[in-house]
Amino acid sequence: MVDFFAMGGYAGYVWPSYAVFFIVLAIDAVAPRLRRQRVLKELRGRLQRRTSRESHGAPT
Amino acid sequence: MNALTLWFHKIGSPPMFYRIAGALGAWCYGVGLLLGLLGLYGGLVLAPPDYQQGDAFRIIFIHVPCAWMGLFAYFFMAANAFIALVWRIKLSEVLAMASAPVGAAFTFITLVTGSLWGKPMWGAWWTWDARLTSELVLLFIYLGIIGLYNAIEDRRQAARAAGFLALVGVVNIPIVHYSVNWWNTLHQGSTVRLMGPSKIDAAMLWPLLLMALATHLWFFGSLLARTRVGLLELDGGKEWVRAIALADGAAALADGAKHHG
Repeated sequence: MVDFFAMGGYAGYVWPSYAVFFIVLAIDAVAPRLRRQRVLKELRGRLQRRTSRESHGAPT
Repeated sequence: MNALTLWFHKIGSPPMFYRIAGALGAWCYGVGLLLGLLGLYGGLVLAPPDYQQGDAFRIIFIHVPCAWMGLFAYFFMAANAFIALVWRIKLSEVLAMASAPVGAAFTFITLVTGSLWGKPMWGAWWTWDARLTSELVLLFIYLGIIGLYNAIEDRRQAARAAGFLALVGVVNIPIVHYSVNWWNTLHQGSTVRLMGPSKIDAAMLWPLLLMALATHLWFFGSLLARTRVGLLELDGGKEWVRAIALADGAAALADGAKHHG
């Protein structure tokens, strides 16, 4: 196990490479989910404003 | 209209594609993750150390698949940008723009892991040779496309302008691919070949190919998730998107009540 993590002396290069791989792909997976939430929230706000305008009638 | 074009139009309609992409994308992520874990086990544990590079060579299992994906994503983006510009198909615009950030992510990983591999092998983090420079240019082109797309207010105009830039940037793709043959470079030549025997042992080859498959699946998973959001944005005023927004709001409200209750 210790040998495995030592990577024949190249641990300082191999593990950071894998860390970058996982971190970047994790961001890649989360980004569209956050964006989806933002887009839907914005849309709901727009809908709400429109329905409240319609129910109160147009300002004169 | 024949049956095939009819089918194509049905699949290509935003609400239909949104639904299909949701199911397909989940499968892509799931199977991709599973194959990726298998590939990593094969590459990090089962494969023997390289006789020249020792264990440092194990960076190949992420570096090479990501490099392939950087080019694959570009090809996919450019093909969809072409379709979008010629036939004005909305779905192609969204697909093209959805693939840009994924391609940029893979290209970024390629550059960083390459640098981390170059230091112990060549003694330098970076050199301005043909392969490295053209790969860096690829990243800049991706960033330029994303930047242009975000700079224009109208989504469809933005997609067309960025798609045009994507088509211009295609000239860089053969340069990246053939740079190791055209110029004398520090970067090694291709290890895996479609034609003829690969210059790699079977114990190292199968994890590499598995990782390549996994990154392809990941690309499509991410692409479909981004395409779904793009369609929601583009069709914001339509009834099917309104229904999704309201259902999502109700779910968020119920979730919040559960946490506070």
